[in-house]
Amino acid sequence: MSIAAQRAVAERLRAAFEAAGGQPVECSILQPARVFLDLYGEDIRARAYVTQDPDRGEQMLRPDFTLPVVQMHMSHGAEIARYTYSGEVFRRQEDHPERASEYLQVGYEVFDGRDPAAADAEVFSLFSEVLKPYGLRAATGDMGILLAAVQGLETSERRRAALLRHIWRPKRFRALMDRFSGRAPVPPTRAALLAAEDPMAGAGTMIGLRSQEEIAARISALREDAAEPPLSAGQVALIDAVLAVRETCVFALEHLRDIAVDMPSIGTAVEQFSRRCDAMYQRGVDVQKLDFEAAYGRTSMEYYDGFVFGFYPEARPDLPPVATGGRYDALTQRLGDGASIPAVGGVIRPDILCSLEQGQ
Amino acid sequence: MSVKLGVPSKGRLMEKTFEWFAQHGITLSRTGSEREYAGAVTGVEGIELVLLSAGEIPRELAAGRIHLGVTGTDLIREKLVQWDQKVEEVRELGFGFADLIVAVPQAWVDVDTLDDLDAAAAAFRAEHGFRLRIATKYHRLTRDYLRYGGVADYQLVDSQGATEGTVKNLTAEAIADITSSGETLRANHLKILSEEPVLRSQATLFRSRTAPRNSDDQRALGALYDALGLHVRNRTADD
Repeated sequence: MSIAAQRAVAERLRAAFEAAGGQPVECSILQPARVFLDLYGEDIRARAYVTQDPDRGEQMLRPDFTLPVVQMHMSHGAEIARYTYSGEVFRRQEDHPERASEYLQVGYEVFDGRDPAAADAEVFSLFSEVLKPYGLRAATGDMGILLAAVQGLETSERRRAALLRHIWRPKRFRALMDRFSGRAPVPPTRAALLAAEDPMAGAGTMIGLRSQEEIAARISALREDAAEPPLSAGQVALIDAVLAVRETCVFALEHLRDIAVDMPSIGTAVEQFSRRCDAMYQRGVDVQKLDFEAAYGRTSMEYYDGFVFGFYPEARPDLPPVATGGRYDALTQRLGDGASIPAVGGVIRPDILCSLEQGQ
Repeated sequence: MSVKLGVPSKGRLMEKTFEWFAQHGITLSRTGSEREYAGAVTGVEGIELVLLSAGEIPRELAAGRIHLGVTGTDLIREKLVQWDQKVEEVRELGFGFADLIVAVPQAWVDVDTLDDLDAAAAAFRAEHGFRLRIATKYHRLTRDYLRYGGVADYQLVDSQGATEGTVKNLTAEAIADITSSGETLRANHLKILSEEPVLRSQATLFRSRTAPRNSDDQRALGALYDALGLHVRNRTADD
Protein backbone atom coordinates (compact mmCIF):
# COMPACT_ATOMS: atom_id res chain seq x y z
CA MET A 1 0.00 0.00 0.00
CA SER A 2 2.25 2.77 -1.26
CA ILE A 3 1.86 6.44 -0.47
CA ALA A 4 1.75 7.11 -4.21
CA ALA A 5 -1.22 4.78 -4.63
CA GLN A 6 -3.04 6.51 -1.77
CA ARG A 7 -2.32 9.91 -3.25
CA ALA A 8 -3.67 8.75 -6.60
CA VAL A 9 -6.91 7.61 -4.97
CA ALA A 10 -7.12 10.88 -3.03
CA GLU A 11 -6.60 12.87 -6.20
CA ARG A 12 -9.35 10.96 -7.99
CA LEU A 13 -11.79 11.51 -5.11
CA ARG A 14 -10.97 15.18 -4.84
CA ALA A 15 -11.52 15.60 -8.58
CA ALA A 16 -14.94 13.96 -8.18
CA PHE A 17 -15.79 16.30 -5.32
CA GLU A 18 -14.60 19.26 -7.36
CA ALA A 19 -16.76 18.17 -10.27
CA ALA A 20 -19.71 18.07 -7.83
CA GLY A 21 -19.14 21.75 -7.08
CA GLY A 22 -16.62 21.67 -4.25
CA GLN A 23 -14.22 24.58 -4.20
CA PRO A 24 -10.73 23.27 -3.25
CA VAL A 25 -9.40 24.61 0.06
CA GLU A 26 -6.21 24.13 2.06
CA CYS A 27 -5.70 24.25 5.82
CA SER A 28 -2.58 24.59 7.92
CA ILE A 29 -1.29 21.41 9.51
CA LEU A 30 -0.53 23.28 12.73
CA GLN A 31 -3.78 24.44 14.31
CA PRO A 32 -4.32 26.27 17.60
CA ALA A 33 -5.03 23.51 20.12
CA ARG A 34 -7.55 25.57 22.07
CA VAL A 35 -10.33 25.30 19.47
CA PHE A 36 -10.13 21.50 19.46
CA LEU A 37 -9.81 21.28 23.25
CA ASP A 38 -12.80 23.55 23.78
CA LEU A 39 -14.90 21.43 21.47
CA TYR A 40 -13.82 17.89 22.32
CA GLY A 41 -12.49 18.38 25.83
CA GLU A 42 -9.42 16.76 27.29
CA ASP A 43 -10.05 13.44 25.54
CA ILE A 44 -8.73 14.87 22.28
CA ARG A 45 -5.24 14.95 23.82
CA ALA A 46 -5.29 11.16 23.82
CA ARG A 47 -6.15 11.19 20.14
CA ALA A 48 -4.14 14.10 18.73
CA TYR A 49 -0.58 15.37 18.80
CA VAL A 50 -0.13 18.51 20.82
CA THR A 51 3.00 20.60 20.58
CA GLN A 52 4.20 23.80 22.12
CA ASP A 53 4.97 26.97 20.21
CA PRO A 54 6.96 29.57 22.16
CA ASP A 55 4.82 32.40 20.82
CA ARG A 56 1.48 30.94 19.74
CA GLY A 57 1.09 28.52 22.65
CA GLU A 58 -0.27 25.02 22.31
CA GLN A 59 -0.62 23.85 18.74
CA MET A 60 -2.15 20.66 17.42
CA LEU A 61 -1.32 18.67 14.32
CA ARG A 62 -4.74 18.81 12.65
CA PRO A 63 -6.75 15.77 13.75
CA ASP A 64 -9.47 16.61 11.21
CA PHE A 65 -10.36 19.18 8.57
CA THR A 66 -13.94 19.93 9.49
CA LEU A 67 -13.10 22.28 12.32
CA PRO A 68 -10.57 24.44 10.43
CA VAL A 69 -12.81 24.48 7.33
CA VAL A 70 -15.80 25.62 9.39
CA GLN A 71 -13.68 28.30 11.07
CA MET A 72 -12.36 29.52 7.74
CA HIS A 73 -15.84 29.55 6.25
CA MET A 74 -17.45 31.37 9.18
CA SER A 75 -14.74 34.04 9.21
CA HIS A 76 -15.61 34.79 5.58
CA GLY A 77 -19.24 35.60 6.19
CA ALA A 78 -21.06 32.24 6.27
CA GLU A 79 -22.33 32.39 2.70
CA ILE A 80 -23.59 29.40 0.73
CA ALA A 81 -20.56 27.34 -0.31
CA ARG A 82 -19.26 23.87 -1.15
CA TYR A 83 -15.70 22.86 -0.35
CA THR A 84 -13.41 19.96 -1.00
CA TYR A 85 -9.99 19.23 0.50
CA SER A 86 -7.39 16.52 0.64
CA GLY A 87 -4.49 16.09 3.03
CA GLU A 88 -2.96 14.33 6.00
CA VAL A 89 -4.55 14.20 9.42
CA PHE A 90 -2.71 13.04 12.52
CA ARG A 91 -4.08 10.82 15.27
CA ARG A 92 -2.32 9.46 18.31
CA GLN A 93 -3.10 5.79 18.78
CA GLU A 94 -2.41 5.16 22.46
CA ASP A 95 -4.55 2.06 22.72
CA HIS A 96 -3.99 0.78 19.20
CA PRO A 97 -0.36 1.38 18.17
CA GLU A 98 -0.99 -0.85 15.13
CA ARG A 99 -3.38 1.72 13.64
CA ALA A 100 -2.20 4.51 11.36
CA SER A 101 -1.28 7.71 13.14
CA GLU A 102 -0.98 9.71 9.92
CA TYR A 103 -3.30 9.26 6.97
CA LEU A 104 -5.01 11.11 4.15
CA GLN A 105 -8.55 12.40 4.31
CA VAL A 106 -10.53 13.69 1.35
CA GLY A 107 -13.60 15.66 2.25
CA TYR A 108 -16.64 17.43 0.89
CA GLU A 109 -18.57 19.99 2.93
CA VAL A 110 -21.79 21.79 2.02
CA PHE A 111 -22.76 25.07 3.70
CA ASP A 112 -26.29 25.65 2.48
CA GLY A 113 -29.41 26.13 4.58
CA ARG A 114 -31.97 26.43 1.81
CA ASP A 115 -33.00 22.78 1.82
CA PRO A 116 -31.18 20.69 4.45
CA ALA A 117 -32.81 17.41 3.34
CA ALA A 118 -31.57 18.00 -0.18
CA ALA A 119 -28.09 18.88 1.09
CA ASP A 120 -27.96 15.68 3.20
CA ALA A 121 -29.01 13.67 0.15
CA GLU A 122 -26.49 15.46 -2.04
CA VAL A 123 -23.58 14.54 0.24
CA PHE A 124 -24.72 10.97 0.87
CA SER A 125 -25.43 10.16 -2.77
CA LEU A 126 -22.13 11.70 -3.85
CA PHE A 127 -20.28 9.48 -1.34
CA SER A 128 -22.32 6.43 -2.42
CA GLU A 129 -21.45 7.14 -6.02
CA VAL A 130 -17.68 7.52 -5.60
CA LEU A 131 -17.52 4.51 -3.24
CA LYS A 132 -19.74 2.26 -5.36
CA PRO A 133 -16.88 0.15 -6.81
CA TYR A 134 -15.86 -0.98 -3.31
CA GLY A 135 -19.12 -2.70 -2.33
CA LEU A 136 -19.35 -1.11 1.14
CA ARG A 137 -22.18 -1.27 3.67
CA ALA A 138 -23.74 2.12 4.40
CA ALA A 139 -24.96 2.96 7.90
CA THR A 140 -27.14 6.00 8.58
CA GLY A 141 -28.72 7.64 11.57
CA ASP A 142 -30.04 10.97 12.75
CA MET A 143 -28.82 12.59 15.96
CA GLY A 144 -31.55 15.21 15.53
CA ILE A 145 -34.25 12.71 16.48
CA LEU A 146 -32.61 11.71 19.76
CA LEU A 147 -31.83 15.36 20.55
CA ALA A 148 -35.46 16.28 19.94
CA ALA A 149 -36.64 13.37 22.09
CA VAL A 150 -34.51 14.56 25.02
CA GLN A 151 -35.53 18.20 24.49
CA GLY A 152 -39.14 17.12 24.71
CA LEU A 153 -38.86 15.10 27.94
CA GLU A 154 -41.40 16.05 30.59
CA THR A 155 -38.94 17.00 33.27
CA SER A 156 -36.96 20.01 34.48
CA GLU A 157 -34.88 22.15 32.16
CA ARG A 158 -31.83 21.29 34.23
CA ARG A 159 -32.31 17.55 33.74
CA ARG A 160 -32.82 17.97 30.02
CA ALA A 161 -29.63 20.03 29.83
CA ALA A 162 -27.67 17.38 31.75
CA LEU A 163 -28.91 14.65 29.40
CA LEU A 164 -28.16 16.73 26.31
CA ARG A 165 -24.66 17.40 27.56
CA HIS A 166 -24.00 13.66 27.77
CA ILE A 167 -25.90 12.51 24.73
CA TRP A 168 -22.59 11.44 23.14
CA ARG A 169 -21.60 9.36 26.20
CA PRO A 170 -24.14 6.52 26.23
CA LYS A 171 -23.02 5.05 29.55
CA ARG A 172 -23.24 8.35 31.39
CA PHE A 173 -26.50 9.20 29.65
CA ARG A 174 -27.94 5.91 30.90
CA ALA A 175 -26.73 6.59 34.45
CA LEU A 176 -28.44 10.00 34.38
CA MET A 177 -31.69 8.49 33.07
CA ASP A 178 -31.57 5.94 35.91
CA ARG A 179 -30.97 8.71 38.45
CA PHE A 180 -33.70 11.00 37.13
CA SER A 181 -36.24 8.19 36.90
CA GLY A 182 -35.49 7.01 40.44
CA ARG A 183 -34.22 3.63 39.26
CA ALA A 184 -30.75 4.27 40.69
CA PRO A 185 -30.54 4.94 44.42
CA VAL A 186 -29.44 8.35 45.66
CA PRO A 187 -25.80 8.05 46.83
CA PRO A 188 -25.66 8.18 50.66
CA THR A 189 -23.42 11.24 50.69
CA ARG A 190 -25.91 13.06 48.48
CA ALA A 191 -28.78 12.12 50.77
CA ALA A 192 -26.81 13.34 53.80
CA LEU A 193 -25.98 16.59 52.05
CA LEU A 194 -29.62 17.20 51.18
CA ALA A 195 -30.74 16.41 54.72
CA ALA A 196 -28.12 18.64 56.37
CA GLU A 197 -29.43 21.80 57.98
CA ASP A 198 -26.19 23.65 57.33
CA PRO A 199 -24.32 21.79 54.59
CA MET A 200 -21.33 24.12 54.93
CA ALA A 201 -20.91 23.34 58.65
CA GLY A 202 -17.96 21.00 58.24
CA ALA A 203 -16.52 22.67 55.18
CA GLY A 204 -13.43 24.06 56.84
CA THR A 205 -11.10 26.44 55.02
CA MET A 206 -12.27 27.73 51.65
CA ILE A 207 -9.52 27.31 49.08
CA GLY A 208 -9.40 27.56 45.31
CA LEU A 209 -11.28 29.44 42.62
CA ARG A 210 -14.63 27.71 43.03
CA SER A 211 -16.38 30.02 45.46
CA GLN A 212 -18.75 29.38 48.35
CA GLU A 213 -21.53 30.93 46.24
CA GLU A 214 -20.92 28.36 43.51
CA ILE A 215 -21.10 25.56 46.05
CA ALA A 216 -24.30 27.01 47.52
CA ALA A 217 -25.78 27.35 44.03
CA ARG A 218 -25.15 23.69 43.30
CA ILE A 219 -26.63 22.63 46.63
CA SER A 220 -29.81 24.57 45.94
CA ALA A 221 -29.92 23.06 42.45
CA LEU A 222 -29.60 19.61 44.02
CA ARG A 223 -32.39 20.43 46.47
CA GLU A 224 -34.67 21.60 43.67
CA ASP A 225 -33.87 18.45 41.77
CA ALA A 226 -34.64 16.25 44.78
CA ALA A 227 -38.07 17.91 44.99
CA GLU A 228 -38.66 17.23 41.30
CA PRO A 229 -40.88 14.19 40.59
CA PRO A 230 -39.05 11.32 38.94
CA LEU A 231 -39.03 11.00 35.18
CA SER A 232 -41.97 8.71 34.43
CA ALA A 233 -41.50 5.13 33.27
CA GLY A 234 -43.41 6.07 30.14
CA GLN A 235 -40.93 8.80 29.27
CA VAL A 236 -37.98 6.47 29.84
CA ALA A 237 -39.65 3.86 27.64
CA LEU A 238 -40.07 6.40 24.84
CA ILE A 239 -36.36 7.28 24.89
CA ASP A 240 -35.53 3.57 24.90
CA ALA A 241 -37.93 3.04 21.99
CA VAL A 242 -36.25 5.78 19.97
CA LEU A 243 -32.78 4.38 20.73
CA ALA A 244 -33.87 0.89 19.73
CA VAL A 245 -34.99 1.86 16.22
CA ARG A 246 -32.77 -0.11 13.89
CA GLU A 247 -34.12 -1.21 10.52
CA THR A 248 -34.19 -0.08 6.92
CA CYS A 249 -35.10 3.58 6.36
CA VAL A 250 -38.65 2.93 5.21
CA PHE A 251 -39.55 0.80 8.24
CA ALA A 252 -37.60 3.04 10.63
CA LEU A 253 -39.63 6.01 9.43
CA GLU A 254 -42.89 4.19 10.04
CA HIS A 255 -41.71 3.10 13.47
CA LEU A 256 -40.58 6.61 14.45
CA ARG A 257 -43.90 8.08 13.32
CA ASP A 258 -45.61 5.64 15.68
CA ILE A 259 -43.38 6.78 18.55
CA ALA A 260 -44.07 10.42 17.62
CA VAL A 261 -47.74 9.90 18.41
CA ASP A 262 -46.79 9.60 22.10
CA MET A 263 -43.81 11.90 21.80
CA PRO A 264 -44.85 14.84 19.63
CA SER A 265 -41.51 16.61 20.26
CA ILE A 266 -39.77 14.37 17.71
CA GLY A 267 -42.37 15.08 15.01
CA THR A 268 -40.41 17.79 13.20
CA ALA A 269 -37.18 15.76 13.26
CA VAL A 270 -38.97 12.66 11.98
CA GLU A 271 -40.53 14.63 9.12
CA GLN A 272 -37.07 15.96 8.30
CA PHE A 273 -35.92 12.32 8.09
CA SER A 274 -38.86 11.64 5.78
CA ARG A 275 -37.93 14.54 3.50
CA ARG A 276 -34.33 13.27 3.43
CA CYS A 277 -35.52 9.80 2.39
CA ASP A 278 -37.48 11.42 -0.47
CA ALA A 279 -34.51 13.51 -1.52
CA MET A 280 -32.22 10.46 -1.41
CA TYR A 281 -34.70 8.43 -3.44
CA GLN A 282 -34.78 11.17 -6.06
CA ARG A 283 -31.02 10.96 -6.27
CA GLY A 284 -31.17 7.26 -6.90
CA VAL A 285 -30.39 5.95 -3.38
CA ASP A 286 -32.21 2.70 -2.62
CA VAL A 287 -33.89 3.75 0.63
CA GLN A 288 -35.81 0.46 0.75
CA LYS A 289 -32.53 -1.26 1.52
CA LEU A 290 -30.60 1.49 3.32
CA ASP A 291 -30.04 0.79 7.03
CA PHE A 292 -31.06 3.31 9.67
CA GLU A 293 -30.07 3.22 13.34
CA ALA A 294 -31.34 5.92 15.69
CA ALA A 295 -28.37 5.41 18.04
CA TYR A 296 -25.80 5.59 15.22
CA GLY A 297 -23.19 8.30 15.67
CA ARG A 298 -23.60 8.60 19.42
CA THR A 299 -20.12 7.51 20.35
CA SER A 300 -18.19 9.37 17.67
CA MET A 301 -17.33 13.04 17.36
CA GLU A 302 -19.33 15.44 19.43
CA TYR A 303 -20.52 17.81 16.78
CA TYR A 304 -23.00 15.96 14.59
CA ASP A 305 -26.53 17.03 15.43
CA GLY A 306 -28.59 15.72 12.53
CA PHE A 307 -28.07 13.23 9.72
CA VAL A 308 -25.04 10.92 10.27
CA PHE A 309 -23.58 8.26 7.99
CA GLY A 310 -20.69 5.87 7.55
CA PHE A 311 -19.43 3.41 4.94
CA TYR A 312 -17.97 0.11 6.17
CA PRO A 313 -16.08 -2.72 4.49
CA GLU A 314 -18.26 -5.60 5.65
CA ALA A 315 -15.76 -8.29 4.76
CA ARG A 316 -13.05 -6.56 6.80
CA PRO A 317 -14.35 -5.87 10.32
CA ASP A 318 -10.74 -5.23 11.36
CA LEU A 319 -10.66 -2.00 9.35
CA PRO A 320 -12.08 1.35 10.48
CA PRO A 321 -14.88 2.91 8.41
CA VAL A 322 -13.87 4.05 4.93
CA ALA A 323 -16.01 7.17 5.18
CA THR A 324 -17.93 9.07 7.84
CA GLY A 325 -19.93 12.25 7.85
CA GLY A 326 -22.95 14.13 9.01
CA ARG A 327 -24.73 17.36 9.71
CA TYR A 328 -23.25 19.90 12.14
CA ASP A 329 -25.49 22.95 12.24
CA ALA A 330 -24.69 23.79 15.88
CA LEU A 331 -20.93 23.75 15.23
CA THR A 332 -21.19 26.60 12.72
CA GLN A 333 -23.07 28.59 15.33
CA ARG A 334 -20.50 27.80 18.00
CA LEU A 335 -17.60 28.89 15.81
CA GLY A 336 -19.57 31.54 13.96
CA ASP A 337 -19.33 34.42 16.40
CA GLY A 338 -23.02 35.24 16.10
CA ALA A 339 -23.49 33.86 12.61
CA SER A 340 -24.53 30.34 11.70
CA ILE A 341 -25.36 28.30 8.62
CA PRO A 342 -26.67 24.73 8.31
CA ALA A 343 -23.86 22.48 7.13
CA VAL A 344 -23.26 18.85 6.24
CA GLY A 345 -20.21 16.98 4.99
CA GLY A 346 -18.01 13.95 5.23
CA VAL A 347 -14.56 12.47 4.69
CA ILE A 348 -13.10 9.43 2.97
CA ARG A 349 -9.86 7.61 3.88
CA PRO A 350 -7.90 6.65 0.75
CA ASP A 351 -5.56 4.42 2.80
CA ILE A 352 -8.43 2.12 3.74
CA LEU A 353 -9.62 2.03 0.13
CA CYS A 354 -6.10 1.05 -0.95
CA SER A 355 -5.90 -1.78 1.57
CA LEU A 356 -9.27 -3.04 0.30
CA GLU A 357 -8.02 -2.99 -3.28
CA GLN A 358 -4.92 -4.83 -2.18
CA GLY A 359 -6.94 -7.45 -0.29
CA GLN A 360 -9.03 -8.26 -3.35
CA MET B 1 25.78 -10.86 28.94
CA SER B 2 24.27 -11.37 32.32
CA VAL B 3 20.83 -10.91 33.75
CA LYS B 4 20.23 -7.30 34.76
CA LEU B 5 18.03 -6.46 37.74
CA GLY B 6 16.92 -2.82 37.95
CA VAL B 7 16.27 -1.43 41.43
CA PRO B 8 15.40 2.12 42.54
CA SER B 9 18.63 3.94 43.25
CA LYS B 10 17.68 5.71 46.46
CA GLY B 11 15.33 6.20 49.34
CA ARG B 12 12.89 3.93 51.11
CA LEU B 13 11.98 2.08 47.94
CA MET B 14 15.62 0.98 47.53
CA GLU B 15 16.00 -0.01 51.18
CA LYS B 16 12.73 -1.96 51.20
CA THR B 17 13.70 -3.74 47.99
CA PHE B 18 17.08 -4.69 49.46
CA GLU B 19 15.28 -6.02 52.57
CA TRP B 20 12.80 -8.03 50.51
CA PHE B 21 15.57 -9.74 48.54
CA ALA B 22 17.56 -10.30 51.76
CA GLN B 23 14.60 -12.19 53.22
CA HIS B 24 15.05 -14.60 50.32
CA GLY B 25 18.76 -15.04 50.88
CA ILE B 26 19.90 -12.65 48.19
CA THR B 27 22.00 -9.71 49.20
CA LEU B 28 21.80 -6.58 47.11
CA SER B 29 24.19 -3.82 48.00
CA ARG B 30 25.54 -0.58 46.74
CA THR B 31 29.23 -0.61 46.08
CA GLY B 32 31.72 2.21 45.94
CA SER B 33 30.96 5.55 47.49
CA GLU B 34 27.56 6.72 48.73
CA ARG B 35 27.15 8.77 45.56
CA GLU B 36 28.12 6.12 43.07
CA TYR B 37 25.28 4.18 41.49
CA ALA B 38 26.91 0.75 41.31
CA GLY B 39 25.79 -2.39 43.05
CA ALA B 40 26.51 -6.03 43.73
CA VAL B 41 24.48 -9.21 44.10
CA THR B 42 25.44 -12.16 46.27
CA GLY B 43 23.54 -15.37 46.93
CA VAL B 44 22.80 -16.13 43.31
CA GLU B 45 25.07 -16.30 40.27
CA GLY B 46 24.89 -14.35 37.04
CA ILE B 47 22.72 -11.46 38.20
CA GLU B 48 23.89 -7.89 37.84
CA LEU B 49 22.38 -5.04 39.88
CA VAL B 50 21.53 -1.85 38.02
CA LEU B 51 20.55 1.14 40.15
CA LEU B 52 18.13 3.45 38.38
CA SER B 53 15.56 6.10 39.10
CA ALA B 54 12.23 4.32 39.74
CA GLY B 55 10.70 6.42 36.97
CA GLU B 56 13.17 5.10 34.39
CA ILE B 57 12.70 1.42 35.21
CA PRO B 58 9.52 1.03 33.09
CA ARG B 59 11.28 2.40 30.01
CA GLU B 60 14.36 0.20 30.53
CA LEU B 61 12.20 -2.91 30.95
CA ALA B 62 10.18 -2.11 27.85
CA ALA B 63 13.35 -1.54 25.84
CA GLY B 64 14.76 -4.85 27.07
CA ARG B 65 17.89 -3.27 28.54
CA ILE B 66 17.12 -4.84 31.90
CA HIS B 67 15.51 -8.25 32.46
CA LEU B 68 13.90 -7.58 35.81
CA GLY B 69 12.97 -4.39 37.58
CA VAL B 70 11.33 -3.19 40.76
CA THR B 71 9.03 -0.20 40.43
CA GLY B 72 5.48 0.92 41.17
CA THR B 73 2.49 -0.32 39.16
CA ASP B 74 1.50 3.33 38.72
CA LEU B 75 4.68 4.16 36.81
CA ILE B 76 4.43 1.09 34.58
CA ARG B 77 0.85 1.88 33.59
CA GLU B 78 1.36 5.60 33.12
CA LYS B 79 4.55 5.35 31.10
CA LEU B 80 4.06 2.26 28.95
CA VAL B 81 1.50 2.04 26.17
CA GLN B 82 0.17 -1.54 26.16
CA TRP B 83 2.27 -2.26 29.23
CA ASP B 84 1.16 -5.87 29.51
CA GLN B 85 2.68 -6.70 26.16
CA LYS B 86 6.05 -5.33 27.21
CA VAL B 87 6.39 -6.41 30.81
CA GLU B 88 4.87 -8.97 33.10
CA GLU B 89 4.15 -8.68 36.81
CA VAL B 90 6.21 -11.33 38.57
CA ARG B 91 5.46 -10.54 42.19
CA GLU B 92 3.87 -7.79 44.24
CA LEU B 93 6.35 -6.99 46.97
CA GLY B 94 4.00 -5.81 49.71
CA PHE B 95 5.42 -2.36 50.27
CA GLY B 96 5.42 1.03 48.60
CA PHE B 97 1.62 1.06 48.78
CA ALA B 98 0.12 4.13 47.20
CA ASP B 99 -3.19 4.95 45.55
CA LEU B 100 -3.63 7.31 42.66
CA ILE B 101 -6.68 9.29 43.67
CA VAL B 102 -8.70 12.34 42.67
CA ALA B 103 -9.00 14.96 45.41
CA VAL B 104 -11.00 18.17 45.65
CA PRO B 105 -11.15 20.92 48.28
CA GLN B 106 -12.71 19.79 51.58
CA ALA B 107 -14.98 22.80 51.31
CA TRP B 108 -16.68 21.28 48.26
CA VAL B 109 -19.33 19.65 50.42
CA ASP B 110 -21.42 19.07 47.30
CA VAL B 111 -18.77 16.98 45.54
CA ASP B 112 -18.20 13.39 46.62
CA THR B 113 -18.51 11.24 43.47
CA LEU B 114 -17.38 11.48 39.84
CA ASP B 115 -20.97 12.33 39.01
CA ASP B 116 -20.69 15.36 41.33
CA LEU B 117 -17.32 16.31 39.89
CA ASP B 118 -18.78 16.29 36.39
CA ALA B 119 -21.71 18.47 37.42
CA ALA B 120 -19.38 20.87 39.25
CA ALA B 121 -17.12 21.00 36.18
CA ALA B 122 -20.03 21.93 33.92
CA ALA B 123 -21.14 24.72 36.27
CA PHE B 124 -17.55 25.87 36.75
CA ARG B 125 -16.99 26.21 33.01
CA ALA B 126 -20.21 28.19 32.61
CA GLU B 127 -19.20 30.49 35.49
CA HIS B 128 -15.49 30.99 34.77
CA GLY B 129 -15.29 30.51 31.02
CA PHE B 130 -12.67 27.76 31.13
CA ARG B 131 -12.65 24.08 31.90
CA LEU B 132 -12.09 22.99 35.51
CA ARG B 133 -8.38 22.32 36.01
CA ILE B 134 -7.07 19.09 37.51
CA ALA B 135 -3.37 19.09 38.34
CA THR B 136 -1.47 15.83 37.89
CA LYS B 137 1.60 14.15 36.53
CA TYR B 138 -0.38 11.01 35.70
CA HIS B 139 -2.02 12.31 32.55
CA ARG B 140 -2.90 9.09 30.76
CA LEU B 141 -4.23 7.22 33.79
CA THR B 142 -6.27 10.18 34.98
CA ARG B 143 -7.71 10.94 31.56
CA ASP B 144 -8.76 7.31 31.01
CA TYR B 145 -10.31 7.21 34.46
CA LEU B 146 -12.29 10.42 33.99
CA ARG B 147 -13.43 9.41 30.52
CA TYR B 148 -14.60 6.10 31.87
CA GLY B 149 -16.36 7.93 34.71
CA GLY B 150 -18.14 10.20 32.22
CA VAL B 151 -16.54 13.45 33.41
CA ALA B 152 -16.45 16.25 30.84
CA ASP B 153 -15.52 19.95 30.89
CA TYR B 154 -12.26 19.46 32.74
CA GLN B 155 -8.64 19.97 31.70
CA LEU B 156 -5.46 18.41 32.99
CA VAL B 157 -2.66 20.73 33.97
CA ASP B 158 0.79 19.34 34.42
CA SER B 159 2.23 19.28 37.92
CA GLN B 160 5.48 17.45 38.54
CA GLY B 161 5.63 18.16 42.26
CA ALA B 162 3.88 19.81 45.22
CA THR B 163 0.64 18.98 43.44
CA GLU B 164 -1.37 19.29 46.68
CA GLY B 165 -0.54 22.99 46.76
CA THR B 166 -1.91 23.84 43.33
CA VAL B 167 -5.48 24.40 44.48
CA LYS B 168 -4.51 26.88 47.15
CA ASN B 169 -2.21 28.58 44.66
CA LEU B 170 -5.13 28.92 42.23
CA THR B 171 -3.41 27.01 39.44
CA ALA B 172 -5.90 24.11 39.64
CA GLU B 173 -9.32 23.35 41.13
CA ALA B 174 -8.67 19.67 41.87
CA ILE B 175 -5.79 17.19 41.75
CA ALA B 176 -5.04 13.60 40.78
CA ASP B 177 -2.05 12.35 42.73
CA ILE B 178 -0.46 9.47 44.57
CA THR B 179 -1.20 9.29 48.26
CA SER B 180 -0.31 6.74 50.88
CA SER B 181 -1.78 8.10 54.10
CA GLY B 182 -3.72 11.16 53.00
CA GLU B 183 -2.02 13.37 55.57
CA THR B 184 -0.58 15.79 53.01
CA LEU B 185 -4.00 16.06 51.42
CA ARG B 186 -5.66 16.93 54.72
CA ALA B 187 -2.96 19.45 55.54
CA ASN B 188 -3.74 21.11 52.22
CA HIS B 189 -7.52 21.16 52.85
CA LEU B 190 -8.23 18.49 50.25
CA LYS B 191 -10.40 15.36 50.40
CA ILE B 192 -10.47 12.19 48.33
CA LEU B 193 -13.58 11.40 46.27
CA SER B 194 -15.52 8.38 47.54
CA GLU B 195 -14.82 6.38 44.42
CA GLU B 196 -12.51 3.53 43.57
CA PRO B 197 -9.07 5.08 43.16
CA VAL B 198 -7.66 5.61 39.69
CA LEU B 199 -5.15 2.91 40.55
CA ARG B 200 -3.93 1.00 43.58
CA SER B 201 -0.18 0.79 43.31
CA GLN B 202 2.58 -1.01 45.15
CA ALA B 203 6.21 -1.89 44.55
CA THR B 204 6.25 -4.83 42.17
CA LEU B 205 8.88 -7.02 40.56
CA PHE B 206 8.40 -6.90 36.79
CA ARG B 207 9.94 -9.05 34.10
CA SER B 208 10.75 -7.67 30.65
CA ARG B 209 9.13 -9.53 27.78
CA THR B 210 11.63 -8.10 25.33
CA ALA B 211 15.08 -8.50 26.95
CA PRO B 212 17.30 -10.97 25.06
CA ARG B 213 18.35 -14.05 27.03
CA ASN B 214 20.91 -16.72 26.25
CA SER B 215 21.05 -20.10 27.95
CA ASP B 216 23.27 -18.77 30.77
CA ASP B 217 20.74 -16.02 31.40
CA GLN B 218 17.95 -18.58 31.49
CA ARG B 219 19.83 -20.56 34.10
CA ALA B 220 20.56 -17.47 36.19
CA LEU B 221 16.91 -16.38 36.01
CA GLY B 222 15.77 -19.87 36.95
CA ALA B 223 18.07 -19.90 39.98
CA LEU B 224 16.84 -16.48 41.02
CA TYR B 225 13.18 -17.46 40.70
CA ASP B 226 13.87 -20.60 42.74
CA ALA B 227 15.60 -18.59 45.46
CA LEU B 228 12.65 -16.20 45.54
CA GLY B 229 10.19 -19.09 45.62
CA LEU B 230 8.48 -17.88 42.46
CA HIS B 231 6.64 -19.95 39.94
CA VAL B 232 6.96 -17.92 36.80
CA ARG B 233 4.95 -18.92 33.77
CA ASN B 234 6.91 -19.50 30.57
CA ARG B 235 10.10 -18.97 32.46
CA THR B 236 12.17 -20.40 29.68
CA ALA B 237 10.08 -19.50 26.67
CA ASP B 238 10.72 -16.37 24.69
CA ASP B 239 7.60 -14.33 24.12
